[in-house]
Amino acid sequence: MKSIWVITKRELTSYFDSLIAYLMIIIFLILSGIFTWLYGSTIFLIGQADLQVFFGISYWTLFFFIPAITMRTLAEETRSGTIELLSTKAVSDWQIVVGKFVASLLLLCIALACTIPYYITVSKLGDVDHGAIIGGYFGLLLMSAMYISIGIFSSSLTNNQIVAFLLALFIGSFFHILFQFMASGSTGLIAHIMDYLSVRTHYESLSRGVVDTRDLIYFGSFILAGLVLSQTMLSKRNWHN
Amino acid sequence: MAILIENLTKVYGDQKAVDDISFEVKTGEVVGFLGPNGAGKSTTMKMITCYMAPTAGKIFLEGLDVDKNPEEIKKKIGYLPENNPLYTDMAIIDYLKFCADIQGVEKTKVNERIHKMVDMCGLNLERHKRIGELSKGYRQRVGLAQAMIHDPEVLILDEPTTGLDPNQIIEIRKLIKELGKEKTVILSSHILSEVEATCDRILIINKGKIVADGTSETLRGQAQGKELIKVEIEASNGADIKKKLLGLASVESVKELEEKKNYFLVQSKPEHTSRKDVFDACVKNKWYLMEMTRIETKLEDVFREVTN
Repeated sequence: MKSIWVITKRELTSYFDSLIAYLMIIIFLILSGIFTWLYGSTIFLIGQADLQVFFGISYWTLFFFIPAITMRTLAEETRSGTIELLSTKAVSDWQIVVGKFVASLLLLCIALACTIPYYITVSKLGDVDHGAIIGGYFGLLLMSAMYISIGIFSSSLTNNQIVAFLLALFIGSFFHILFQFMASGSTGLIAHIMDYLSVRTHYESLSRGVVDTRDLIYFGSFILAGLVLSQTMLSKRNWHN
Repeated sequence: MAILIENLTKVYGDQKAVDDISFEVKTGEVVGFLGPNGAGKSTTMKMITCYMAPTAGKIFLEGLDVDKNPEEIKKKIGYLPENNPLYTDMAIIDYLKFCADIQGVEKTKVNERIHKMVDMCGLNLERHKRIGELSKGYRQRVGLAQAMIHDPEVLILDEPTTGLDPNQIIEIRKLIKELGKEKTVILSSHILSEVEATCDRILIINKGKIVADGTSETLRGQAQGKELIKVEIEASNGADIKKKLLGLASVESVKELEEKKNYFLVQSKPEHTSRKDVFDACVKNKWYLMEMTRIETKLEDVFREVTN
């Protein structure tokens, strides 16, 4: 547990030292701010105090931002050889992967926390459905955790950050839109499976304020799968053949 | 901490990087791995430090199987990898703190250890700089400092003195010798004089196999076998020195060298020394002995002999 935290702390410091963190938070706030409040926004017209617009925008901005955060996690360590240094210290590969995952997730939490003023503003405008907003944040958080996990896995496959970035987007795009398209283009069981695999299905049910165990299981299992696969890629060097 | 290596083998693809080697390193011994590039030195070190699992064979540290107790073993080993990879975006102090924390150094001792390492490795003036700003020599010192931060019982140093200037090299060698009094040290190098100066024992590795094992003296002795001396003799004209030297009981062969007149390379028979006989011959024939030099086999010669 302590080792995970040591790694998380280092990763987080390095995000803030290298400006990635600031850039990511600022650009995220600008984009989500513009689209929520100004450009093409319906927030003042629909006569309802909610943050559906914000959640709709963040659904896309985070999809693109997360691979940019996670692309360096393992790829850079492999490229510079520091992975050898790290994995000969008293930590397991699992701790390394989880440490990096937690650091990226914390950075994301900070970014999301910066949008709390939106929530406060909206709640001053009228009666808000607090459940829906908390559910929406929760959904964003779970979705982000899942994409972070996928991003770290992509980063474990290569020592090139750009490749890691594109790979994460590629894998992510299946969950983000492609499965949904496939679901609408097919019928029966296949449609059902595709629908279940699509992130949007689960994200929408969460942002209605309904916390269903099926959604939790969905996100939880993909997060775990990504982490386990990353760990497997890391410990591949350690296989006996 | 004693290290025991049994039938260690590592295969990359169809190439055997390390081929069935076995050896033992005792506590407090400083062992040098010597060998041409690609001989398997680094691979062996990577296996001892739990970075890579061997294809076959076992490694024990004080009886503990490295394969089965990696977490415990890693705490006891300090490792300086080849090419010395470091987080270049961190300040030296922060980096050392990170290493101390991750290696489980007690909270109350972390600062003390960092100060000690900074002093020991001569990083005092640079301690707040980022690693990326440092010259190669200073990075190497940071590499050494991180390897020793948790006061490990075993130090594995892969080419510890690359990139250092001659003064630093001497300092680091002194440091390694000092450490070697209580710790077990394995270092690799292809600088022969370095290994000779710092190590109690030398292992020469070639093509994944150990081809020589012993102190620098025993290795030289093995390679030498027959004593070689250079002699310069001044004699009255006409004396047939070469023939008379060849006639001596302990002399096997005499070769005339071209540099000077009457300058010979004398090889003794195995396990004999011809120095006394040559001297006696000079006295008997009333020659003047101008020079007599024993040619020492250098470690370089041993190295070339066993790795070719």
